[in-house]
Amino acid sequence: MSSEAHVHHPNYVKVWAILVVLLILSAMGPMTGIRWLILFAAFGIALIKAYLVAKNFMHVSFEKRWITYLLITCLAFLAILFAGVAPDVMKHWGLHWVNDAARQAVASGMHLVSPKHE
Amino acid sequence: MMKPIATSRSATGIPTARLVTWWVIASEIFIFGGLLASYVMHRLAHPEWAAAAAHTNEWAGGFNTFVLLTSSLSAVLAHKAADSGDGPKAARFLRLTALGGVIFLTVKAFEWTHEIREGFVLASGGFWSFYYFVAGLHALHVLAGLIIMLFVAVDAAKNQELQRVECVGLYWHFVDIIWIFLFPLLYIAR
Repeated sequence: MSSEAHVHHPNYVKVWAILVVLLILSAMGPMTGIRWLILFAAFGIALIKAYLVAKNFMHVSFEKRWITYLLITCLAFLAILFAGVAPDVMKHWGLHWVNDAARQAVASGMHLVSPKHE
Repeated sequence: MMKPIATSRSATGIPTARLVTWWVIASEIFIFGGLLASYVMHRLAHPEWAAAAAHTNEWAGGFNTFVLLTSSLSAVLAHKAADSGDGPKAARFLRLTALGGVIFLTVKAFEWTHEIREGFVLASGGFWSFYYFVAGLHALHVLAGLIIMLFVAVDAAKNQELQRVECVGLYWHFVDIIWIFLFPLLYIAR
């Protein structure tokens, strides 16, 4: 036997079918050519898919609360990491500093992107 | 017969084997989460990366997402079979899951071969550095997962150590979730 039959097994094939439909929708996003819709289709649907996998396949909702707390703590620390580092990475100049390498990289690479960015 | 400590000891109310797997996943969240957070902030700061990202093969990425989602289904069906005490059935599902991992890596190998022949290598720019490193690290996790899964399947086929089926499944679903985020980041957002 497994360690314990601690979960109620949902209809996994149905969950998988929903995941596949969501995958098709996210892959179709770029065909619309609408930037906000592409980003929503990509990342909004990714969040939903990750939630469905965690809830139904990893059975997070049936686990002890310890596990939820553990995962939330990890994600909270990641958010702190992002908030702490992002300003230095995402800004290329500040009050008394300039990141010349990053500015040159953007300037020299932009001609390869679509003309609207030029 | 004495039960293994992985199933009999549960200081938190969670069997030790499963708790350890969750700790592994927690540490992996920092490894991949840190990398993905770095990628996102660099991607937002470097709009010129869009030109590089346009060279990735969206269809190959989409197909691999389908393969991993399907292998996650077989992994959870293996867990269900193990829960009902059917080790041989769990072993069959585990081998099917491992096959999904092999298909994923094969597609990745073809994809990378094409990109390298086109001249896009690790040193071709910031985007490609992230692309090869993050996707490569993920591929190593897939490889490790499928090897472990085949070992677990050997015991499961003999109705032994069935608690491992759920643990390796948890790991596999996590690897799947990582790819769920890698797919839009590397293939769709251009």
